[in-house]
Amino acid sequence: MSEPNAHNEQGAEHEPHIVSPGTYAIILLVLLVATATTCGMSYIDLGEWHIAINLFGWHVGTTLFWNPVVALAIACTKMTLVVLFFMHIKYSSKLTKLTVISGFFIFLGLISMTLADYVSRAWGRW
Amino acid sequence: MSAATIVTLPDQATARIPKMNFLTKENGLLSWLLTGDHKRIATLYLISITFFFFIGGALAGLIRLELLTPQNDLVAADTYNKLFSMHGLIMVFFFLVPSVPATIGNFLMPMMVGAKDLALPKINLLSWYLYVIGGLMMLWTMCVGGVDTGWTFTTPLSTHYLNTHVVSAAMSVFVAGFSSILTGLNFIVTIHKMRCPGMTWFRLPLFVWSNYAASILMVLGTPVLAITLTLVALERIFHIGVFDPAFGGDPLLFQHLFWFYSHPAVYIMILPGFGVISEVISTFSRKRVFGYTAVAFSSVAIAVFGFFVWAHHMFIMGISNYSALVFSLLTMLVAVPSAIKIYNWAFTLYKGSITFETPMLYAIGFMGLFTIGGLTGVFLGATGTDIHLTETYFVVAHFHFVMVGGMLMSFLAGIHFWWPKWTGRMYPEKISQLAALTTFIGFNLTFFPQFILGTLGMPRRYAAYPPEFQVLNVFSTAGATVLGIGYLLPILYLTWSLKYGAIAGDNPWHATGLEWQTQSPPLTENFPEIPIMDHEAYDYEWLERMERKEVASV
Amino acid sequence: MSDSTAIAQGASAGAAPHGEHPSYQRHHFETVGQQFDATNFAMWIFLLTEVMFFGGLFTSYLIMRNWYYRAFVEGSHQLSILWGTANTTVLIISSFTMAMAVWSAQMRRKGALLLFLGLTFLLGIAFLGIKGIEWHEKWVKHHVPGIHQYSEQAFLNPASDPEVFKEYHDKPLSPGMAQKTEEYFFLYFAMTGMHALHMVIGVCLLVYIFIRARTGAYTNGHFTFVENFGLYWHFVDIIWIFLYPLLYLISRY
Repeated sequence: MSEPNAHNEQGAEHEPHIVSPGTYAIILLVLLVATATTCGMSYIDLGEWHIAINLFGWHVGTTLFWNPVVALAIACTKMTLVVLFFMHIKYSSKLTKLTVISGFFIFLGLISMTLADYVSRAWGRW
Repeated sequence: MSAATIVTLPDQATARIPKMNFLTKENGLLSWLLTGDHKRIATLYLISITFFFFIGGALAGLIRLELLTPQNDLVAADTYNKLFSMHGLIMVFFFLVPSVPATIGNFLMPMMVGAKDLALPKINLLSWYLYVIGGLMMLWTMCVGGVDTGWTFTTPLSTHYLNTHVVSAAMSVFVAGFSSILTGLNFIVTIHKMRCPGMTWFRLPLFVWSNYAASILMVLGTPVLAITLTLVALERIFHIGVFDPAFGGDPLLFQHLFWFYSHPAVYIMILPGFGVISEVISTFSRKRVFGYTAVAFSSVAIAVFGFFVWAHHMFIMGISNYSALVFSLLTMLVAVPSAIKIYNWAFTLYKGSITFETPMLYAIGFMGLFTIGGLTGVFLGATGTDIHLTETYFVVAHFHFVMVGGMLMSFLAGIHFWWPKWTGRMYPEKISQLAALTTFIGFNLTFFPQFILGTLGMPRRYAAYPPEFQVLNVFSTAGATVLGIGYLLPILYLTWSLKYGAIAGDNPWHATGLEWQTQSPPLTENFPEIPIMDHEAYDYEWLERMERKEVASV
Repeated sequence: MSDSTAIAQGASAGAAPHGEHPSYQRHHFETVGQQFDATNFAMWIFLLTEVMFFGGLFTSYLIMRNWYYRAFVEGSHQLSILWGTANTTVLIISSFTMAMAVWSAQMRRKGALLLFLGLTFLLGIAFLGIKGIEWHEKWVKHHVPGIHQYSEQAFLNPASDPEVFKEYHDKPLSPGMAQKTEEYFFLYFAMTGMHALHMVIGVCLLVYIFIRARTGAYTNGHFTFVENFGLYWHFVDIIWIFLYPLLYLISRY
C-alpha cells in the first residue's frame, strides 16, 4: 500500500541555489519595461468583445473589456517573474512550487465561484 | 477475545512516575509562560480551552432554561439574542476550532512524527498568547454588554442596525483566527519537514493526516475571515463599506466571504476529531484501520472539497439558481469522503477484538451521532428541503450533532485516551464509563427533539415560541441538564486522578503509536533518542514482538 | 532494518554533544539544512495566508468595480498616475535591491549586504513618503470617506476640478453614481492602507536586520532570516503590482 522507501523531504535538502546578480538585473529591467507598457496601454482604448450564446432559449452572455484583461495579464507576468526569480521558486523544491500553486488555486476558487454567482444571477430564473 | 479489557497497569506497589518528565523539568510560573515545549503549550491550551468551554456551556444552559417555557420570561428578548450570540462565538472560536488541534494535536503531533518539538516552538507559544488575548477581548465584550449579531456577524444587521459591541467581538475573533493560523502553519511544516527516519507519509498515524488536512483549511481559510471582519469593523467605525446596501454595498458579498471561511471551519472543527476516532477505534479493536489509505486521502479530499461548498449556507439569501445548483451538487460530493471514514471505522470494528474502555465508548457514541449529523447535513444541502428547514431548529440540531455529538465526543475520547500519556496517571474507569454514557443519553435527549421541532417549523434564534412546541422543548432542556452533568464529571475525576489516579505506565492500552513507546509523561525531548520508524502504522504484531522481547530481556 | 534499531529502546540520552552544531542551529532540528528548509517552507505557508487575506479585498473590489464601473473610472482619474507609476518603479527597484541583499548574504559579503539593505530601506521609506503625499492630496480634496466630510463635487460637476477635467473630460455622474465613488475610495484606502501597513512592518524589520547584519549575523552562512524576509518583501511588491493597474489604470483613455 505504501512505499517504504518513499522519500522524506528531509532527504532532498540542499544548499539553496544562488541566482547571479546578472539574472536579477535582467528581471529588474523586464519588470520596469512591463510597468511602462501597462501604464502606456491604459491610455489606448483596446475595445471590447461581446460574447453571447443562445442556449435553448437562454441568453447567456457577457462583455469582455480588453483593457483590464491586458493590464491583469501584464501584472500576472510581472508576478510570475518575481516569484520565479526574486523569490527563487524556479530553483526550489517541488513541495514549495506546489505550495505556491495551491495558494493561487484556492484564491482563484474564491474569486471565480463568487463571481459565478454574480454573473449567473443575470441569467434569471429557470 | 482474551479479556473484557486490554488495560494493563504496572504493579502499583513498585511503579513510579518517571522523575524526569516534561512536567517536572522546570518549575515556576515563568517556566510555563515562556516555554517552547509543545507539551506544556498543549497543557496551557487545555486549561484555557476548558475555561472557555464552561463559559460557553453556562450560556447554553441559560438558553435552554429560557426555552423551558413558551414566553420569554427568564430573560428579555435582546438579552436572549446576546446569550446565543456569545454562546456561538465562544464555542466556535474559543472551543471547537482550537479544541483537538491545539490541545491533543499540539501534545501529540511531534511525538507521532518522531520529532523533538514542533518546527516553530516560539510561534507555537505566540499562538497560545494570541488565543488568550482574543479570549480576553471576548470576555471583555461580554462584560461590557455583549454582542447580539449571532456568531455569523450578519450584515447589515451587524454594521448598521445594532448598537452592541460588534467591533471588539470581531477583533477578538480576528486575533483568535491568527492563533489558529499559526497552529495550522506549525503543523504543516512539522509534518513535512520534521518526520523521523523511516516515517513515510503512509506510515503516519491517521491522526496526523486528519490534522494535516485541517491545518490546510486553517491556513487558507482563516485569513479570509480576518479580512472580512476587518471590513465589518471598518464599516461600523467609518460608516462606509462594501457590505451595507445603504452605501451601495452588498450583504451577499459578506455572506460569500464569511462562509468561504466558516464552512471550511466546520471541517477544521471535525477533521481532527476524525483523527482521534481512527486512533481509538484501531487500538480498542486491536486491528489496523481498515482501508488506511482511503481514510487518509478522504481527509485531504474533505479539505479540498470543503472549500467549494460554502454557498449552501446561502440558498435562501438570493444567490443565483445556477450557483445554488452547483453548490448543492458539490455539497453532496463532500458527503462521500465523510461516509468513507464511517464505513472504514465500521469495517475496522468488524471481527476486531473489541473492548469497551472509556475512550472507545466515546468513539462509538461519536460514530452514531456523527452519522446522524452528517446525514441530516445532506438534507440541508439539497436546495429543496433546505428552503423548508433552514433557519429552523433542524439546522441547530444538525450542527450540534456534528459539533457536539461529533467533535466534543471525539475530544473527550481523545482526552481519555491520551490522559495516561499526558499525566502518567489513570482515571477511575467505572465512573468515566458512566460519564460517557451520561453524555450520550443527555446529548440525544437534548438535540433529537430539536430535529422534530425544526421539521414542525420552530425557527431558531427566538426567545419565545408557540405553546404547542413546549413538550419537546422541555425534553430538550431536561436533556441539557443531563448533558451538563456528563461534562462536569470528567472535570472532577480527571482532576482527582492528577494526584490519586493509578500509575499508568508507558503503554496502558497496548497502542502502537510512537507516542506510546516513550515514558509517560514524556521527556521534554519526547524520546531519549530520535526513533526510527521501521513498521507500518497500527502494526499490532510488531507491538507484540516488541513486548515479548522486552519481557525476555527483563 | 531490524527491530533492534527500533524506537526509544534503551539507549542513553543526548546522542550528539552540543559542540558539533553551529550556534544558530536550534536544538529540535537534526541538521542546519532541515532548519533552513522548515523555516523557509513556513514562510511560504505564511505568504499563502497573506494571499488569501488580500484575496478577500480583491474579491470585494471585483464585485464593486463591476457594479459601479463609472464611479470607479472617475474615482481612478482622481489618482495621480505620475506618483502611482513612480511608486511602482520604486517598489520594483526595492525588490531588486532586496534580492541583491539576499545574494550578498549568500556570498557572505557584509559590506554589500549592508549597502543593499540600506538601499531597500530607503526605497521603502520613499514609497511610504509618496503614498503619504497621495493620501494627503485626497484629504485636502475631501476624498477620504468616513472620516473627513466626503465631497462628491468633483464627480457631480467635473469641471469644478480643472486639473483632472483638462485631461479626461469626464461627464458628470448621476447623484446616485457619484455617491458610489465613496465605495471606490473606501476600497482604495482599505487596499493601499493594508498594503502600507505591510510596508511599515517590512521597514521596521529591515532596521532590525540591518542592525544585526552589522554584527555579521547573516554573513556567517546562516542567512535564513534575510532570505525569508526577502520573500515577504517580494510578496508585498507583488500585491502592489496588482494594486497599481487595478486602482490607477482604470480606463485612462
